[in-house]
Amino acid sequence: MDRFVFLTVYGLSRGAIYAAFALALVLIFRATRVVNFAQGVLAVVSAYLAYSVSGATGSYWLGFGAALVSGLVLGAVVERVVMRRVEHAPPLNAVIVALGLVLLTQGILGMIYGNQYRAFPAPFSTVAMTVHGVPLMTRYDLFVFGTVLVLMLALAVLFTRTATGLRMRAAAFAPQVSRLLGVNVGRMLTLGWALAALVGAVAGMLIIPTGLGLHPTAMDLVFVSSFTAAVVGGLDSPIGAVVGGLVVGLVLSYVGGYLNSASTPLAVLALLVVVLLARPGGLFSASTARRV
Amino acid sequence: MSRSTLLRHLVVTVACGVLLFGLTYALDPFRDYQLATAAAYLCATAGLTLLAGQSGQLSLGQGALMAVGGYTVALVQNQFGAHNVTTQWALLGSLVAAICVASVAGAVIGVAAARLRGPYLAGLTLVVAVAVPSIGTLWHSLLHGDQGLSVYLLPAPASLGETFPLERWQAWLAVIAALLTMLALGNLSSGRFGRTMRAVRDDEIAAKLAGINVAGTQVTAFVVSAACAGLGGGMLAVLAQSVSPGAYAFTLSLNLLLAVVVGGLGSLTGAVWGSVLLVLLPWLADDLTNSLIHSPAAQQRLAGNLSLAIFGLLLVIVMIAAPGGIQGLLNRAGRRVRGRRERVAAYRAEPSAPDAQPHAPAASRTSIPNP
Repeated sequence: MDRFVFLTVYGLSRGAIYAAFALALVLIFRATRVVNFAQGVLAVVSAYLAYSVSGATGSYWLGFGAALVSGLVLGAVVERVVMRRVEHAPPLNAVIVALGLVLLTQGILGMIYGNQYRAFPAPFSTVAMTVHGVPLMTRYDLFVFGTVLVLMLALAVLFTRTATGLRMRAAAFAPQVSRLLGVNVGRMLTLGWALAALVGAVAGMLIIPTGLGLHPTAMDLVFVSSFTAAVVGGLDSPIGAVVGGLVVGLVLSYVGGYLNSASTPLAVLALLVVVLLARPGGLFSASTARRV
Repeated sequence: MSRSTLLRHLVVTVACGVLLFGLTYALDPFRDYQLATAAAYLCATAGLTLLAGQSGQLSLGQGALMAVGGYTVALVQNQFGAHNVTTQWALLGSLVAAICVASVAGAVIGVAAARLRGPYLAGLTLVVAVAVPSIGTLWHSLLHGDQGLSVYLLPAPASLGETFPLERWQAWLAVIAALLTMLALGNLSSGRFGRTMRAVRDDEIAAKLAGINVAGTQVTAFVVSAACAGLGGGMLAVLAQSVSPGAYAFTLSLNLLLAVVVGGLGSLTGAVWGSVLLVLLPWLADDLTNSLIHSPAAQQRLAGNLSLAIFGLLLVIVMIAAPGGIQGLLNRAGRRVRGRRERVAAYRAEPSAPDAQPHAPAASRTSIPNP
């Protein structure tokens, strides 16, 4: 029972990060109908920058700030320089371009930092606190829950309570009409990518200290889990992404804890196949008519 | 497919075979090994270009299916080794087994994939590519985890002479496999099945109205492509004489996609250019760094990473600037030359004709599927 409680908290904590990362995927998918396969590697770039800044200044929080800023800038640059050029091409092209970015960035990171794992410290203790002798959660888990909660509230406020958020939703929902109404759709897309990369960078900063460390491919498995989370939620629904993230986090935690940590990638695959076979558009997707 | 097409494919295959046979004698063992590697890649990329380019299903799981083929060959070959089988034909048995097992795996993925479109399909196959290598770790007693298995391989037949290099023998095997794959896929794609696939790719609903079994066609394309991946993966295992999860990691799937896209999505000839590039580019990049940079630390950091970055850059640039890939550019250049020649001929025949410009057909966008 103790183990079950611990694994549940652990799974929810990982799930919160997957939820944030899935949310970033959903943000971009809603705006452009593109799954950003380069999301993980962008987060890794931010994490490496944070690593360098922290190393130079000795402060974790300066590094964290650098990751946020670099996330914003990277997202905007990638949209402006690369993705905008495949916007009107078949969707396959955008997927391939994003995968090209993955290879390019991993190559560049490897050239600069080398291909060894680097220790990436957590800002809080990762030793579990005990309640009545039961190991419950770590201070780091609390930090994760707090950060993700703040992030999601900020996004919710941005999208539902501000004029910019309204413009972004309008640009994603009906680009032509919003353009006629004076919304700068291109700028909204850039902003959307920048925000998504920011969220991705936060998720990366949160999850990398819990894994093997910093490596050009550190986010590959996280991307896979978060993509599964986003698909479970329907790729189109922010609420779905959050629920999907928590579900994936719990499933992975139970599988890793009770079975075998090597089998977690297969568990992700099984979950994805089951969900897609039951509902090819994800659990939270609305039925849509296919255009003839 | 008419009989003349079949004949043409056979003649081209035999001619290529003779040419490459001669080439293996002209090359030193290291080049022979590179040729063999390119041929092994070609088996997989030809299947992938058929799947992604002609049936419109983007799969990132081709590397995982190659792993299935590779491990099957390793397990079957080692059984032969344990029972002291000394005939070269045993290898044929292992490769057929690899093709069969990979086809079954491909059928399983294909049935799930036939319900999926666009990013969902790419994502599912991505998860397959990442998850399958972890089976090696999970099933440690049989597959020996990250360390992998070594593959039992007989030396080249004694009748070829004592000094016959193993690499040349491997090149022969791989080239034969690649030529047979190309012949089979060339016939498939120029025949009824090819037309069916392209119809499904271009407009599913129209294809369905025309009486085509859409899901069946998609699953069949997946199985064909998986069979090719199984053969290619098995061939890679025979070349390296070992298999490990690292050799079939997710990067392999991305590299195969790169080869197919840069060569020209949907074109079998393009797959040839792509596979050659896949072998030559890392080697050229390493050569370049070794000749330009002398500090061993920097060399070690650049090793592999430089070619990775070049691969990525190529993929982005090709997709944005020339979505038809190398084969698309070649086709365009060929049409321009032919058009000029025809114009000159028409002018000579009738100099007064004002508009003696036979326009090349504006098509050729067909290489980009529209799922």
